[in-house]
Amino acid sequence: MLVDAAGIAVSALGFGFVYGLSAREAGFSPIEALAMSVIVFGGAAQFAAVGYVASGLAWPGIVLLTGLLNARHLLYSAALAPYLSRVPFARRAVMAHLLTDEAFALSIGHFRRIGFTDEWGYWIGAIVSTFIPWNLATLAGVLLGGQIPDPSRFGIDIIFPAAMIGLSVGLLTGRREIVAAVVGAAVGVVVALLTSPAVGIIVGGLIGPAVGLLVPTRFAHETAPLGTPESADRFFMPGSHVERPPDDPEGSPG
Amino acid sequence: MSTELIPLAVLMFVVTYPSRALGLLTPWLDKLPRVGFDYLQLVGPAVLASLAAVSVMVVTDDAGTPSFHIGVEWIAVLACLGVTAWRRNLLLGLVAAVAIVVVARATGLAALPA
Repeated sequence: MLVDAAGIAVSALGFGFVYGLSAREAGFSPIEALAMSVIVFGGAAQFAAVGYVASGLAWPGIVLLTGLLNARHLLYSAALAPYLSRVPFARRAVMAHLLTDEAFALSIGHFRRIGFTDEWGYWIGAIVSTFIPWNLATLAGVLLGGQIPDPSRFGIDIIFPAAMIGLSVGLLTGRREIVAAVVGAAVGVVVALLTSPAVGIIVGGLIGPAVGLLVPTRFAHETAPLGTPESADRFFMPGSHVERPPDDPEGSPG
Repeated sequence: MSTELIPLAVLMFVVTYPSRALGLLTPWLDKLPRVGFDYLQLVGPAVLASLAAVSVMVVTDDAGTPSFHIGVEWIAVLACLGVTAWRRNLLLGLVAAVAIVVVARATGLAALPA
């Protein structure tokens, strides 16, 4: 997980720096740019907000579009819920604010890999590799950005999509996941072209898993098929639906 | 120093936090039926792939109209996918993706983004 976390920290540094640059270009003060990063802490929504503010869109429109763009976090939150259900409520409330694309992918991949919930793994993914680098890079971008003539020359804009696709690799354990990813991407692009990128991402994220579920178990080639004791051992979580053998009523973490 | 946009940040938080918190703070979600659990296991790959694909294949103009984009970014993202899957190392994948884009743009093979 630490290697992946380092990759995400680099991604957050690059992406946060570009956000700081963009905010500066749009006329944000350093404190406004940083407030967005601390309070909203949502990269794509912050980038969109910079564009909306620069184009003079009214605040209600910006808020509405932010809600739409960030609605995908509901899927993340629901997917992580079974793993974190035994964490005290107050800590879960803080975890929620730190739930980003990166924190989700790092932590759920980590939980699956080790076979049980590791709260520290979540905090490392959310704070050390994302929140801190993102905010430091925002500050650097908005304060120092004027001295860099053309940051896209350095390929900073490719870091975010590359990090997202790289993180998805860790979540692929069989053909169902591959089908969900391919369909999610295809549907996302088509719907984005017909409506908007924010809507496309959400619709792709909703339809991809539904199609993935249609792959029959015998063709899924899961290394740990969902719904079996092997899956429970690998992806063990409290409240799991899996029926356990009579001699192992509680299950055992992988 | 201007602070006029801080209330906007707070409003953006107000509409973002519920979607992040609803699942984590709702107690019944850990007792989902099997099909719900299986669905959620597939959400991660689908959303991440959708995010990546839309980021490199769809661009919007100043009016917000989306259009299809073909460019070196596709190759960079696929390279990251391949290297990460091969070496099980995201950092290497990111380095490969950035290197491809930097070289392509420096040599004039690819245009800088608008």
